[in-house]
Amino acid sequence: MKQPSLWHVLQPKWRTALQRMREERDRGGRGKLIVLTVVGALFWFAVFGVLYVILKYLRGVEELGALIPNKILGLVLLSFISILVLSNVITALSSFFLAKDLDLLVSAPVDWLRLYLAKLGETLLHSSWMVALMAVPILAAYGVIYRGGVLFIPYAILVVVPLLLLPAVVGTAVTLVLVNVFPARRTRDLLSIIAIMLFRIIRPEQLARPEGFRNLLDFVTVLRTPTSPFLPSEWATKAIMGYLRHDIDPLSLVLLWTTAAAFVTLGALLHRALFPQGFTKAQEGAERFIRGGFWRWTIGGLLKHLPVAKREFVLKDVRLFFRDTTQWSQLILLAVLVVVYVFNIQALPLHRGEAVGFYYVTLVSFLNLALAGFVLAAIAARFVFPAVSLEGRQMWLLRSSPLDLRALLWSKYWVGTIPLLILALLLTGITNVMLEVTPFMMITSMVAMFALTLAISAMALAFGAAYPQFETENAAQIPTSFGGLVFMMATIALLAAVTLSLWQAVYTYVRAVYDGAPLVIDAWMIGWFAVAAALCAAATVIPLRMALRKIETFEF
Amino acid sequence: MIRLENLTKLYGSFVAVDDISLHVPRGVLYGCLGPNGAGKTTTLRMIAGILRPTQGRVLLGGDDVHVNPLSAKMRLGFIPDRPFVYDKLTGVEFLRFVAGLYGQEGDSVERRIAELLEVFELTSWQNELVEAYSHGMRQKLIISSALIHRPECIVVDEPMVGLDPKAARLLKDIFRQFVDKGGTVLMSTHTLEVAEAMCDQIAIIQHGKVVAAGTVADVRREHQAGTSSLEELFLKLTGGAHVKALVEVLGA
Repeated sequence: MKQPSLWHVLQPKWRTALQRMREERDRGGRGKLIVLTVVGALFWFAVFGVLYVILKYLRGVEELGALIPNKILGLVLLSFISILVLSNVITALSSFFLAKDLDLLVSAPVDWLRLYLAKLGETLLHSSWMVALMAVPILAAYGVIYRGGVLFIPYAILVVVPLLLLPAVVGTAVTLVLVNVFPARRTRDLLSIIAIMLFRIIRPEQLARPEGFRNLLDFVTVLRTPTSPFLPSEWATKAIMGYLRHDIDPLSLVLLWTTAAAFVTLGALLHRALFPQGFTKAQEGAERFIRGGFWRWTIGGLLKHLPVAKREFVLKDVRLFFRDTTQWSQLILLAVLVVVYVFNIQALPLHRGEAVGFYYVTLVSFLNLALAGFVLAAIAARFVFPAVSLEGRQMWLLRSSPLDLRALLWSKYWVGTIPLLILALLLTGITNVMLEVTPFMMITSMVAMFALTLAISAMALAFGAAYPQFETENAAQIPTSFGGLVFMMATIALLAAVTLSLWQAVYTYVRAVYDGAPLVIDAWMIGWFAVAAALCAAATVIPLRMALRKIETFEF
Repeated sequence: MIRLENLTKLYGSFVAVDDISLHVPRGVLYGCLGPNGAGKTTTLRMIAGILRPTQGRVLLGGDDVHVNPLSAKMRLGFIPDRPFVYDKLTGVEFLRFVAGLYGQEGDSVERRIAELLEVFELTSWQNELVEAYSHGMRQKLIISSALIHRPECIVVDEPMVGLDPKAARLLKDIFRQFVDKGGTVLMSTHTLEVAEAMCDQIAIIQHGKVVAAGTVADVRREHQAGTSSLEELFLKLTGGAHVKALVEVLGA
């Protein structure tokens, strides 16, 4: 029998994507696309600009200047493949075992290889497109600084493709083995262990704290040694830097491609051996019988003063979150993000050795506020943004019941906001303690972070309602949709506006301390604090109202 | 109890429901019949407040579903044709959640849940996640959820799909008793035998319009159908009598 082509097997996916684009265009999405392109391009230029400045500076530094760009690229690529392995593990779980098209594909006479390749491609695309986009300005900065020329573009693609393919195969294989070997309950613990191990391989703190080395020679020695000679990121770094320094190393490129080919082959064989059994196990599930009333006694008890509709709604959302693998597994990505962030703050050489100016510390604590805001936005995109979309198919029940939609919105908002608030205040508090900021800055950033979290959460919910993905089968894919990107960009704009307003307010204080003058709280300072507060309040109230109006118009 | 006034629904330029007016009195089991795509489900979803009509209004016990949604919906139990429920909740958690949506809790709800699970033979499945349920079991769970708050009227889309004969019989008995006690049921169905055996009144819908309404005897009389069966009457009114030879369709 003639087998259908891969393109044909994937037809429902790409046709759906095309149809969505068409619908978006018909709804007047062209304007949105232009905004997205412009803001995306600005973001690219910002990443490009920062790296360009750093690389240009390093080129002028003797000895270290030649080594550090290699190391930076190596670390960036290593971070990429680590994140990619994790995100492929999570994506593969849904594309290989939970997707709705699997019943059809598995029951149809499609051979195992085609099924594997189609699903591998789908997994790769879903988990890697953001990383691939992020790599563009980074590689462009290297290409421009080292004058790689136009041919560097196809060469870089040639290097990046196997680098994306390898984590996809590994992630898929890990999921395949996990589903086969461990019951669903244990998968959770195992994924956490993998995340921690991956993070330990990166060891970013080693390089970020040069004073930890006995002398410069030690530091240079570490820079010269590859992070790990067996890691594909190291081969990719060698291949790229070799090309840019006109010292092409074909072995690295050959290693990348042959390893990728070998891994795909091995992955396919593993799939043939383990998929049928794993697929069956995934259908059976291991955690279906639930008698305990853990959430009912804990959260239900805490919320017992609330009206029953709100309480049951919150309980339902919490239960669904912790029982849905595609949702809770994202907590691992979140943990990695937070740990990397705190590590980086800790590694800043602000209070080591000679005293650093107060001005510098305040500036860094300000950047910290913006960065923590960005981390929170990323987390809100993962956990709050999908909230409305996830009701999708059950909306018939909510709309036909006398549930006040404000209660629905209220529950969704606070279920997302309270954990976010705890995390935000902890993150800001801990990093500010590490930075040894003044009490004034501590209070300012804590209050600002509190207000920003309320706003970010409201915006996540509103953009999630404005760009719902009711048909999605994987919660992890909702934040990477068009609406998710628009939300991230809108949040970055809010963060920039609030941080700038606060800077205007705090600048008077910084100057007063710097000059040794007494602090005067004047109308200028109060005015800018008021602007920041008004921005946060508007970004909380307006989106929530818009979300309510949007939910009221949903039709099913 | 249920009153539709000039109900119209447009999807772009497509008219899904075209100026339907109907009155379903208290204590009546009313059947909505019609071929696929006639507009039955759209009508029922507008009654349940899930879809907003382009024109016209829906009154449940005197309350407009879209003007006073909360008081109107308190009277309603809606059973959709496709049993989408939260896969990651257990049966008992789902029923408790639905009761909460209607502001009900406590021992009386727990007793009601136990009672409904017992009636629909789901007691042994009550602590299993819904994802493990068969299509028919999900349907039974949704029917239980529609009954949990003791509604005054039930709107049900294709109630018998996926049910085993025993459950189908049980449902018929439940609906009949519900109506005998003064409740109101509006159901859509393709199964004409079911409609003929169960419904006090029917409406036949085609292309979004009501083409016939009343008791089966009324409709027969009005369309001079003599003693013909409801199936023949249905095919006559909906123009579905031209069926290709089975052999040709099967390609034998």
